[in-house]
Amino acid sequence: MRFDLDKAMGIHEQALYVRARRSSIIASNLANADTPNYKARDIDFKAVLKNLAGDTGPGRMNTTQPGHIQPAGSSAGDSELLYRYPYQPSIDGNTVDSQLEKSEFTQNALRYQATLQFLGGKIKGLMKAIKGE
Amino acid sequence: MSLMGVFEVSGSALSAQIVRLNVTSSNLANAETVSSSIDKTYRARQPMFAALVDRFSDNPAMVGVQVKGIVESQAELPMRYQPDHPLANEDGYIFLPNVNPIEEMANMISASRSYQNNVAVMNTSKQMLQATLRLGQ
Repeated sequence: MRFDLDKAMGIHEQALYVRARRSSIIASNLANADTPNYKARDIDFKAVLKNLAGDTGPGRMNTTQPGHIQPAGSSAGDSELLYRYPYQPSIDGNTVDSQLEKSEFTQNALRYQATLQFLGGKIKGLMKAIKGE
Repeated sequence: MSLMGVFEVSGSALSAQIVRLNVTSSNLANAETVSSSIDKTYRARQPMFAALVDRFSDNPAMVGVQVKGIVESQAELPMRYQPDHPLANEDGYIFLPNVNPIEEMANMISASRSYQNNVAVMNTSKQMLQATLRLGQ
């Protein structure tokens, strides 16, 4: 079996990237908790990860020739950014629910740490194999 | 690295909330500042927040906050008949600022809570980054 270092980390490499991206989106929501007319945004983690892992996601095209290019915004772009449905819309047009965003942020941070643990485990395994102990 | 952007975004929110807190303290400090004419009286001011998209144009996910400006309240100024006051006008009236101390106190608590939220976000992001740096060690 051929060993591919790119694939050694599995899905966790992309997952870490998407988690980091999501944390900055939720941080933006929390930063704008008092901004009139700001609409809270988020990404669908599962869909974005699926997209990154190579499956064709929404707006992505199959490339069968080397000259084929993807349409703008099809990768980790604007199209994946969704708007949150507000439970309690406020009078100034802001849709940020601080409590919800805070819990989402904490959850996302914990899952980020979990992904890091998985990656750490993979690296440890590789190191063991290299050293041959 | 998008985690670094959290510090820019939350940092902009921190400074915006500090501006709000400053304005609130000005309002509360001047809640009793009387004067003899309408145009010289202190008026309650409020900061105007706006989303800041342009600065991080490479990433639509990162939206900071900016203070667009500080607006003075156009609400009517309360007048009080007090002819013995040194600042009373010829009709014996003094003008009081249109500051509502209850509103300002609520504003102050809201600003402080938002500040705390953003500090918590920055702390968590710092821990996440540190954990990432320790990866593989």
